[in-house]
Amino acid sequence: MDRALAADARLGRQSRIVTARRLLDERGVLLGLVVVAATFGVLIGPQFFAAANLELMARQTAIVCVAALGMTMVIVAGGIDLSVGSIVALSTVVTALLLRHDSSGSGALLAAFAALAAGAVCGALNGVLVTQLRVVPFIVTLGTMLLVRGAAKGLSGERRLEAPATWLNELLRTAQNGRGLLLPSGIWLTAALAVVVALTLQYTRFGRHLFAIGSSERTARLCGVRITRTKIAVYTVAGALGALAGVLTFSKLSVGDPTVAIGLELDVIAAVIIGGGSLLGGRGSIIGTIAGAAIMTIIQIGCSQQGLPNWVQQIVTGAIIVFAVALDRWRSKTQS
Amino acid sequence: MAEAVGAPRLEMRGVGKRFGATIALDGADLTVHPGEVCALVGQNGAGKSTLMAILAGAIAPDEGTMRIDAVPYAPRDPFESRRAGVAMIHQELSLAPHLSVMENIVLGIEPVRHGFVQRRRMRDIAIDAMRQLGHDDIRPDAQVSTLQPAAQQLVEIARALATGCRVLVLDEPTSSLGPADVRALFDLIGRLKARGMAIVYISHFIEEVKAVSDRFVVLRDGRNAGDGVTAAASAADIVAMMVGRTLDDMYPRGARTAGEPMLQLDRVVPGSATLTLHRGEILGIAGLLGSGRTRLLRAIFGLEPVTSGAIVVGAYSGPATPHDRWRQGVGLLSEDRAGEGLALGLSVADNMTLTSLEPLGTSFAVLPSRQLAAASRWIDRLGIRCAGARQTVGELSGGNQQKVAVARLLHHDVDVLVLDEPTRGIDVASKAQIYALLDELVCGTGDRKAVLLVSSYLPELLGVCDRIAVMSRGRLGPARPVEEWTEHSLLMHASGARAAS
Repeated sequence: MDRALAADARLGRQSRIVTARRLLDERGVLLGLVVVAATFGVLIGPQFFAAANLELMARQTAIVCVAALGMTMVIVAGGIDLSVGSIVALSTVVTALLLRHDSSGSGALLAAFAALAAGAVCGALNGVLVTQLRVVPFIVTLGTMLLVRGAAKGLSGERRLEAPATWLNELLRTAQNGRGLLLPSGIWLTAALAVVVALTLQYTRFGRHLFAIGSSERTARLCGVRITRTKIAVYTVAGALGALAGVLTFSKLSVGDPTVAIGLELDVIAAVIIGGGSLLGGRGSIIGTIAGAAIMTIIQIGCSQQGLPNWVQQIVTGAIIVFAVALDRWRSKTQS
Repeated sequence: MAEAVGAPRLEMRGVGKRFGATIALDGADLTVHPGEVCALVGQNGAGKSTLMAILAGAIAPDEGTMRIDAVPYAPRDPFESRRAGVAMIHQELSLAPHLSVMENIVLGIEPVRHGFVQRRRMRDIAIDAMRQLGHDDIRPDAQVSTLQPAAQQLVEIARALATGCRVLVLDEPTSSLGPADVRALFDLIGRLKARGMAIVYISHFIEEVKAVSDRFVVLRDGRNAGDGVTAAASAADIVAMMVGRTLDDMYPRGARTAGEPMLQLDRVVPGSATLTLHRGEILGIAGLLGSGRTRLLRAIFGLEPVTSGAIVVGAYSGPATPHDRWRQGVGLLSEDRAGEGLALGLSVADNMTLTSLEPLGTSFAVLPSRQLAAASRWIDRLGIRCAGARQTVGELSGGNQQKVAVARLLHHDVDVLVLDEPTRGIDVASKAQIYALLDELVCGTGDRKAVLLVSSYLPELLGVCDRIAVMSRGRLGPARPVEEWTEHSLLMHASGARAAS
């Protein structure tokens, strides 16, 4: 009897641990987001959640978010893209160059699309190199990171390119003074893209194939998934999304700057990892990624508004990345 | 052999272990004497692996006691069990592939002086251990990754000897060995036994258990289901204890008639294979490990290049990718379930439906509701034991994983099933279920299939197939009706001794 009771108690404890792990698996990042936000809410006070402050944070997050949408897909497929920061820089340069020729409304649209095309070409190059040379993506994109950065510098003649103001500069401008629909158009664009990418990952053949390739490339090949085609496609999309992040960057800077966004790829990768993505592939979600990006922004803005120096903010962000991955190891123990 | 007398070397009593709601072990006993080979048998999920993991200190038991040479033994980690003289040789070897043979043998017990490894003593220890095994032909400097699987296994056993092991556990040691290596291993086990080693031998193959063990212990559902002296028990007795009932007919066979050709090979290289597979028949390919059977199947499926020859599938001929083959109605079941056959990190539903997502939604969409419904149908149909279609495949037992891999071919509704070792490493009950399923697929009047079956297990080929061809040294022989073959003649052909048969 006693033994049975002890066994029951043990069973109860174990199943509670298992439940806790499952819960973290599903909603761990969102929980983390709430905890981080609440912490700064308590430290700073209710004004931390004022509409203007929330909008500020959204505007800060948008650039990393857009690039991280592509990165999530790449990481789900078991790859990585280190060239995204350079693509952002190239994109600002291309946009500025074209705006100097034609700064009308349609000219601005053309400039933005040209930047997206340039990003897509860089992404496609990544995809082709990864699939044809069979070199690991980390090395390929380390190479293209330098290559694209160099191209951006060459195109701009190694200087910042001033460009005439167009509607592109409004993309991330605040909507607090009654302009725009509650939020800047760039935020709406980001949100819409996030929904599209999330649906693509979960509910399309392309998305399911990405998970299959990332989980086990050999299985995917056996099952007739066209690996080369799918990988080139995912790197191309990631390149285009990186370029869109570049257009948003341009909108904020209003100059084409070949030295902008150095190291941005690490923020982007961190957002995906905090959001539950696995560098081994096969796991990752858009909701998680966005929450991961938001956590980093909240820490950044919260720390500066609290008057904490930059180094504190970096330590906290670093700790959270390590903690998130440790948590990931812990919850994957339920599977073994 | 001699009836076990004196104190047991290893004594496990009333060992229990729960994982969450699952009772893995419910008071299991195991006793092994010095100089004795004790076979531990049972179906997948019977608790063998858990019991051995407890012995190895990898997991802690909830209850029960263990003694080694009458000394209480409760290892807190694998290192403690190793120091107590317990060594395990697993199915998947645990060697460092980039290190040399001698570095592997002394791994963890490196002879050091003043913090420096003494290479000469290391070499002596390695040479001594290999000599004890009677295999001084393996050079201590050779890099382990360059050795054959059989030689790698010897290195592991040598490591066990070098660490002064008293209890040796061999877990499915023959799964990657050919017949000659198996014989050599059995000889070695005999010599180790003569030196007073206590050996626990785990295998799915009753023939092996009969050949190598003195006693056997059967586990079923975490409890002891029987034990005895091996020489006094028949294979049927042991299987009956494992399944808890007698398997009257392992290989059902309905009325089969061959229909039109579904797959034709004409002098296909690799394999120099010429054969025709018809609707409504099971064609077996026998052959030794490494004879090129798997390569031939992979070439048929477009996973490896076809050097010459022609492959015709129905109305299609010419080169094809795996993608094309699935569309032509051909499905391949890989021999490497964990590495290739299944994406272990994905759900049951994802794994089953990966090849044919098209019917699960309009245009490029995949509707999860339809995906889950499709998967649930196959889970019911094949009796797959899982928590649902969303469960990760890696969490299932081997037999259930294999059923998921088979279900993929059924869900895709392929006409030609190309199966590479479909029953490797799975329990008897699952095997029987797969045999029954195969028979069902090729019999009947409706939409009959064709099956190309590669297997190393001869009774299975003889029991299931209509025709069998033998692959030997990379060449496929002619397919002959199953009645013309015996286990003996298959083996003779496979080992290249045609003239003698």
